[in-house]
Amino acid sequence: MSTVSTPGHRSWTGAVKGWTSRTLPPKQVLPERQPAYVASWIYVFGVLTLTALLVVVASGLVLAIGGAVWWHTSSIGHFTNSVHLWSVELFFACMVIHLWGKFWMAAWRGRRGLTWVTGVIAFVTSIATAFTGYLTQSNFDSQWISGEAKDGINSIGVGAWFNVLNPAQMLMWHIVLLPLAVGIIAVLHIVLVRNRGVVPPLGDEGKEVPR
Amino acid sequence: MTATAERRRRATPDSHDYPTRSYDLVKEFVVALAVVTALSLLLAAIFSSPDDKAITMSGWAKADPADVVATAAGELAGTTTSATYGPPYNNASEGQSVLGLKLQKWGGVGIPINSADLVLQPLRDVAADPGLATALRVWDTLQASAQTRLATAYSDALAKAPDGNPARVAPGRYGPVPSLTSAFLRLAASGGLEGALTSSGTFYGGDQTRAMLLLSDGAYLEDQAVADHLGGDQWGMMNEVGNYPGQPWMWLYTFWYQVKPFSTSDNADAQVWALMMALTVGLALIPWIPGLRDIPRWIPVHRLVWREHYRRTQQS
Repeated sequence: MSTVSTPGHRSWTGAVKGWTSRTLPPKQVLPERQPAYVASWIYVFGVLTLTALLVVVASGLVLAIGGAVWWHTSSIGHFTNSVHLWSVELFFACMVIHLWGKFWMAAWRGRRGLTWVTGVIAFVTSIATAFTGYLTQSNFDSQWISGEAKDGINSIGVGAWFNVLNPAQMLMWHIVLLPLAVGIIAVLHIVLVRNRGVVPPLGDEGKEVPR
Repeated sequence: MTATAERRRRATPDSHDYPTRSYDLVKEFVVALAVVTALSLLLAAIFSSPDDKAITMSGWAKADPADVVATAAGELAGTTTSATYGPPYNNASEGQSVLGLKLQKWGGVGIPINSADLVLQPLRDVAADPGLATALRVWDTLQASAQTRLATAYSDALAKAPDGNPARVAPGRYGPVPSLTSAFLRLAASGGLEGALTSSGTFYGGDQTRAMLLLSDGAYLEDQAVADHLGGDQWGMMNEVGNYPGQPWMWLYTFWYQVKPFSTSDNADAQVWALMMALTVGLALIPWIPGLRDIPRWIPVHRLVWREHYRRTQQS
């Protein structure tokens, strides 16, 4: 059944559409121009982090096809695992450089505090995701790391719900829950970046913007 | 100066008010994706990835049978790490606390494990071993205090024996304990212990908690890890076997375990977690913490990032 909208009455769809277009105006989604001060290699590390994440996910999907222990018995599986490992190393290297770059640029200025916060949450969630990966390798590293890690997790009272000695549970966290969290936070982070634009240079506060 | 004027003076300009230059985001993304993919493939092809096989109970029994027997005796005596652990496995202790908060105790015993059952339950499933059946029957008739006394006596005797060798233990009153531990060693060596611990009573065994607790109670696992520079005081949590980078992003978490007071504290895990949580919250809240948020102004690394902009604005 359809209804005729009356003036002053807004549908839920219209409200979501309005919020979406206000949050991310179409011209800010993929702009072809950036402020002239965006001219440094440090800006590349954000997109490098994102692309490394895509390689991590892609190699993880291939590993998922073979199953949890496939990589121990297949040379292709082992190579895929190696790609997964090294893309994770690159992902964190790029992310840490990106984080430090944003710190020295004080990139939280101009109502960009939430962008910084989502970045920190993405960093911490990524650490948890990688950590559960080490627990689910089903090899000696997994045995040792889980045996050590249980004491930390148990000491804060959550060991019964997040049992690092249970690789079946950790696998679910590693391939479903935590990647989902990282993905959602990454999307939110990128939306905020596009919404606010790239932070202007330090020292320009209160100055006439040079045109 | 009025508050409004002061706010305006300190306000960050709108990035959209600046002059612009051409910037191809999609091209940047595609090139970045190609570079990262190529690098990942290259690093994987050159360095591969570590995959040292997991220790098996059979391997443990063959490599260090004395450790298996000592661990089994300790489980029966209730003196191993897991037996005295506390939550979430048992109530043998309160566990760790930090700033008076007994988080481990408050978490409760969510994974109840009786350490003696790590030995007895697999043994009860063994068939066609009359000697073991008799030893189990005798053990079951003993009172708990007698069980503990006999197992502790045997455990102590093993510790005094040359190389912990069960065959060279001094004669004494150990009841059925030597029979139980030697049967446990035979079961471990046969390769049947993993299944007995992880999938007994259930076809699908995906939970290694009991097997890992048993293995961790022995000395063999840690000996192997220390030999591979993975000990707790060797930054072990962030390392992998061999010369692989492991998890360098966990360096700060691992760092605290290497220094006092954490390296000598009984509550190190809870303390390090609390400290890391506080530091993480601090990192997230930097934009609102006076002093910390001003560091980038005091140490002008940003002048490197925006050197072109500053040069241009100085000229104009």
